[in-house]
Amino acid sequence: MNVAVAKTGKGRAVSDLFASAEGRLPGSPAVIAVRREAFETYERLGLPHRRIEEWKYTDLRALVGEVLPLAANPDAAALKRAAEAVKAHAIAGARKLVLVDGVFSADLSDVKALGSEVGFKTLRETLEMDAGLLKTASTDAVIALNAAMATDGVVLSIADGAQLSAPVQIIHVATAASASAFTRSQLRIGKGARATIIESFVAADAKAYQVHDAVLVSIGDNADVALVRLMDDAPDAANITSQFVTVGANTKVNFFNMTSGAAVSRLQGLITLAGEGSELSINGVNLLQKTEHGDTTLVVDHAVPNCISREVFRAVIDDRAHSVFQGRIIVRPDAQKTDGKMMTRALLLSDEAEADNKPELEIFADDVSCGHGATAGALDENLLFYLKARGLPEKQAQALLIQAFVGEAIEQIADDNLREHVIGIAARWLERRQ
Amino acid sequence: MALLEVKGLKVRVEEREILHGLTLTVNEGEIHAIMGPNGSGKSTLSHVIAGKPGYEVTDGEILFRGEDLLDMSPDMRAAKGVFLAFQYPVEIPGVSTMNFLRTALNAQRKARGESEYSTPDFLKKVREVSKSLNIPQDMLKRGVNVGFSGGEKKRNEVLQMALFEPSLCILDEMDSGLDIDALRIAADGVNALHSPKRAMVVITHYQRLLNYIVPDVVHVMSKGRVVKSGGKELALELEASGYTQFEDAA
Repeated sequence: MNVAVAKTGKGRAVSDLFASAEGRLPGSPAVIAVRREAFETYERLGLPHRRIEEWKYTDLRALVGEVLPLAANPDAAALKRAAEAVKAHAIAGARKLVLVDGVFSADLSDVKALGSEVGFKTLRETLEMDAGLLKTASTDAVIALNAAMATDGVVLSIADGAQLSAPVQIIHVATAASASAFTRSQLRIGKGARATIIESFVAADAKAYQVHDAVLVSIGDNADVALVRLMDDAPDAANITSQFVTVGANTKVNFFNMTSGAAVSRLQGLITLAGEGSELSINGVNLLQKTEHGDTTLVVDHAVPNCISREVFRAVIDDRAHSVFQGRIIVRPDAQKTDGKMMTRALLLSDEAEADNKPELEIFADDVSCGHGATAGALDENLLFYLKARGLPEKQAQALLIQAFVGEAIEQIADDNLREHVIGIAARWLERRQ
Repeated sequence: MALLEVKGLKVRVEEREILHGLTLTVNEGEIHAIMGPNGSGKSTLSHVIAGKPGYEVTDGEILFRGEDLLDMSPDMRAAKGVFLAFQYPVEIPGVSTMNFLRTALNAQRKARGESEYSTPDFLKKVREVSKSLNIPQDMLKRGVNVGFSGGEKKRNEVLQMALFEPSLCILDEMDSGLDIDALRIAADGVNALHSPKRAMVVITHYQRLLNYIVPDVVHVMSKGRVVKSGGKELALELEASGYTQFEDAA
């Protein structure tokens, strides 16, 4: 890689962006110093491109070109539009926490309804004290950029033993066109706690915007947690999200990630199983059409013995869309009796649809059961004909089979309202195909 | 006007001609049996009538109530009243039988310009029909044909026939994979659906099915043509003497 590439005109644009945003970025002078350092890291690296191994299928320089300027603080008109979007995308019964163009909106949120077992702050508030949440071990350029630019986020702390009766839904709403929102959130889930936390990404009439998000999650021992991410951004938006998750002992974690929007998206996650006897399940669904590019890149790190991880990725790819799944399972030398499996299933709806799949196993222990598998194919012609012979027009027959394919993942969502909500998003994606 | 008229039908599959100018006329209310040895083109005929892809019609026509069937998509043929009961009904995991039935019935009604069934009205109708066919409700909650026995799959086909109320039912080798009890149950279902307005075309290799579904007309197919037609006694004759005599005729 040559450094000169990072110093192109695009690099300058980011530099200007940071200088012009600096006055709006929350934090003490010490925090601003941390930001500046993160920004310098980003500027040195530039946007990731295909010659960086982790980004070989998702060349952000080619796909998004440049980072758009920081969105303005939402004004009254923007908040009004955001309120409409929140209404349309809120999950029945969930407690809402709303970020509009990267800024927390107390008016649109249900902070009081969270109850005494859920501690809540904004990122902005924590940065008045210290820069802790801006620091991560990663050297990835987009994470450095996020640390430099993050304007706000939610900082949740769920008490030990808390049994949350209602899910928490964090809704990211974009109202500003041709601008970026930078958010960073932290979710701390205590020992023995039970919770469902959803992150939704939606647009309120905004076009061609960018979302740069980072989420830091720590889950205590004996917990039972569902983490759901529903990325339904505008069709010409970009969404780059990084997740860092640490899981304690004897804990159950169910992830469900669905991508149903954005021209370019990348979800990259590092999930560390740090306590024995835990079970991790990840279900991913990519719904892509037109020229959309959707990348999920996950590392599951078995750092201790006796944990189970299961990853199943389904991609429905139409037109000239491109789905990427990179999954790495690391089994550390001490992590005996690890049981880690990943599976990718791609449904290709057009001859020009593309699925790239890169599974990697890095196993340093000798008594483990690990594996990966992949399937890719078109809809079954015999099933299609059966449905058509019963009166279903082509598109409707396809839709029913696609719903069945995706349904296997959706059925595993325990919360009824949430499951219905997700079915609705998938149905709207299918309608856009017509 | 005849319900179904097949005239001089020639069909190819991948360069090979399977049907060499087949002619067949079925009127409302009639039961026709099409018999013949393996490879005579019986199933090809049923597939071409239903619109299965992969067959090339090189000559001839198929008229349904005088309309050109070959011009219509398979779903349009279904909406017009053509129903093919499959020899091997497919399993569709993840699509519940109930959802499938409602989607299909409403798609047909929509195509005909009729109002779609509301969920309660549909449930009422499907309960009535399944009760009359002794189909347990829990079968309807399962994925389409998933884990069904051979007999259950055929009963599911009969259930669809009852629900969609087609005017032409083509039963493709309905007896294959069924023991005698399952065969009787399926045949009873078919007989219950026979009416002066509804015609049945029963495709079978063996005569035994015709003990349960009694045809008005029997056609013998060999090498892609109908080589002989007659009354129900023709089936018995075939049972006694086999198909060899007709293979020479073709």
